Amino acid sequence: MTTRIDACFAELKKQDRSAFITFLMGGDPDPATSLEIIKALPKAGADIIEIGMPFTDPMADGPAIQAAGLRALKAGMTLKKTLELVCAFRVGNDTTPLVLMGYYNPIYIYGVDKFLADAKSAGVDGLIIVDLPPEEDTELCLPAIKAGLNFIRLATPTTDDKRLPAVLANTSGFVYYVSVTGITGSASANASVVGEAVGRIKRHTKLPVCVGFGIRTPEAARGIAAHADGAVVGTALVDALRGSLDPDGRATAKTIGAVADLTASLAQGVRGAKQAAE
Amino acid sequence: MNPVLPNSFRSGPDERGHFGIFGGRFVAETLMPLILDLEKAYADAKADPAFQTEMNGYLKNYVGRPSPLYFAERLTDHLGGAKIYFKREELNHTGSHKVNNVLGQIMVARRMGKKRIIAETGAGQHGVATATLCARFGLDCVVYMGAVDVERQQPNVIRMEMLGAKVIPVQSGSRTLKDAMNDALRDWVTNVHDTFYCIGTVAGPHPYPMMVRDFQSIIGVETRAQMQEAEGRLPDSLVACIGGGSNAMGLFYPFLDDPSVEIFGVEAAGHGLTQLHAASIAGGRPGVLHGNRTYLLMDDDGQIQDAHSISAGLDYPGIGPEHSWLHEAGRVTYLSATDEEALAAFLLLSRLEGIPPALEPAHAIAKVMELAPRRPKDHLMVVNLSGRGDKDIPQITEILKGRKK
Repeated sequence: MTTRIDACFAELKKQDRSAFITFLMGGDPDPATSLEIIKALPKAGADIIEIGMPFTDPMADGPAIQAAGLRALKAGMTLKKTLELVCAFRVGNDTTPLVLMGYYNPIYIYGVDKFLADAKSAGVDGLIIVDLPPEEDTELCLPAIKAGLNFIRLATPTTDDKRLPAVLANTSGFVYYVSVTGITGSASANASVVGEAVGRIKRHTKLPVCVGFGIRTPEAARGIAAHADGAVVGTALVDALRGSLDPDGRATAKTIGAVADLTASLAQGVRGAKQAAE
Repeated sequence: MNPVLPNSFRSGPDERGHFGIFGGRFVAETLMPLILDLEKAYADAKADPAFQTEMNGYLKNYVGRPSPLYFAERLTDHLGGAKIYFKREELNHTGSHKVNNVLGQIMVARRMGKKRIIAETGAGQHGVATATLCARFGLDCVVYMGAVDVERQQPNVIRMEMLGAKVIPVQSGSRTLKDAMNDALRDWVTNVHDTFYCIGTVAGPHPYPMMVRDFQSIIGVETRAQMQEAEGRLPDSLVACIGGGSNAMGLFYPFLDDPSVEIFGVEAAGHGLTQLHAASIAGGRPGVLHGNRTYLLMDDDGQIQDAHSISAGLDYPGIGPEHSWLHEAGRVTYLSATDEEALAAFLLLSRLEGIPPALEPAHAIAKVMELAPRRPKDHLMVVNLSGRGDKDIPQITEILKGRKK
């Protein structure tokens, strides 16, 4: 089975470049604006789009993404509406891979089987669930694979060679390497250390390895993308979005442009990477 | 359909940390290797007689164990039913049962070579116990405490700081215990290499619920022996308050396989179960938060709801996973007491026995006031007096002052 994610990486390989992956919270700052932002991302240069599923208690996220989740929840976002957002995006785009990222409880309460069926038919390609390590694979990972969705696992600096095979066993689509021990938006990733870690993971898998956490600027994105199959930027985009809001946290005329502009310059950084590395 | 009852209620958790469907290890990958290390370090410690000997020495001479089992004669006469005994955990060093668990975890942390200890705290009792043992063993200590709790439990904040701990007021979410736990987990993910997370209750990812229960079980083990000595038999009922539920698990666990012993856990009903409260079993359903599956207060979208209780120590929208399992297995009966009932119990106990209880066990006393009169005079009821009320006196003074106006 070839998913949109597999097709995307095959195409990028032909173009000899790394993927630029964006993360934004679904429904931030409100469901309608969020849809317009996500629609604007592919044109601005996003190769793969991660959409955060808001949760009240995001224990691996820093203050920026916590606040984004709360803005979305306050604007009435739910898991059902996140799936509707995906459906609406798919009306005009059938190629850009969409990955939902978040925490397990809202999915567990929605119902695992129903969620997987609804996500698949909405046009979701993969899932990243922060609080489901391989030890809990029977919960969602194995059913997701069966339903035809990629289950993208996080590998971290604490995932040693002994543990990597367990982490990679049921991973598909790509491997998401978390470049720092910490929460989103905290430390900056060091490109050469990341390069070594990516090399280590690649000795264990043929899957593309993408890197996230701690990448904020086009330069940093270029540095990371030179060593990896993709670079993920989240907090910096969420910050750009927040900076465009009015004092009550509502979207303004500048909001969509603020996110699209930063996406475009980050994408330029990533696109320059492979050539720069050679 | 009736669930098949297990041969023993003391066999959990399984090797994956599950009590039935509850428990588990729902954490970020960054933490997983450390959690596996901890599981191994704890298993090694448990099997090491030297560890037990050293711990028993500190329990006796530093904590002051065994804590007395006291016959509450005037409360018994006042209620006119069951004979009521208090397990006096409030007499421990640091003023609550929390120290039993912290001592054990700090000793495990030392075996693992960890130099920096973090903890979450609600009422501040776990924070005080952690700060105390970190001072005793020369370890760095950082305590996360919701900003609301920092306000209402000032005496404990001052104590922790005097003991050399850094108290970080948590401003996110409802700014209470749940949010303190989120921020402690965020610290742990960031500083995983040198930091040990000393969880204060029987919750979190495996092995914490089991490990904390084991360290707290000394409460029930002593109660069993002391009741044998006082009355020559087992108690007929046990009552304990529940936030996460560690004082309750500690008292209950050694009695779970004694069918003659009725067991009652008391959750915090706050303003009442139809309003804001913290009774996850009475008002919640199974979900996943803070590393484990358990009963949680949440909305239809799986978003966690803010809890409310007059008692900062019970103000948490979840409960330890073993309690969820004991509830579904029908072994323990879970009741709840409101803010008002707890306050009335606090005042009654202060006047009748000269023991101001912490607002947390005041919830247990509130249900004793209902349960005891309905039982015969030869019924032996043990209530866990898990903490002393000194820390609550400023808060209660404010509440009572407000009423006089």
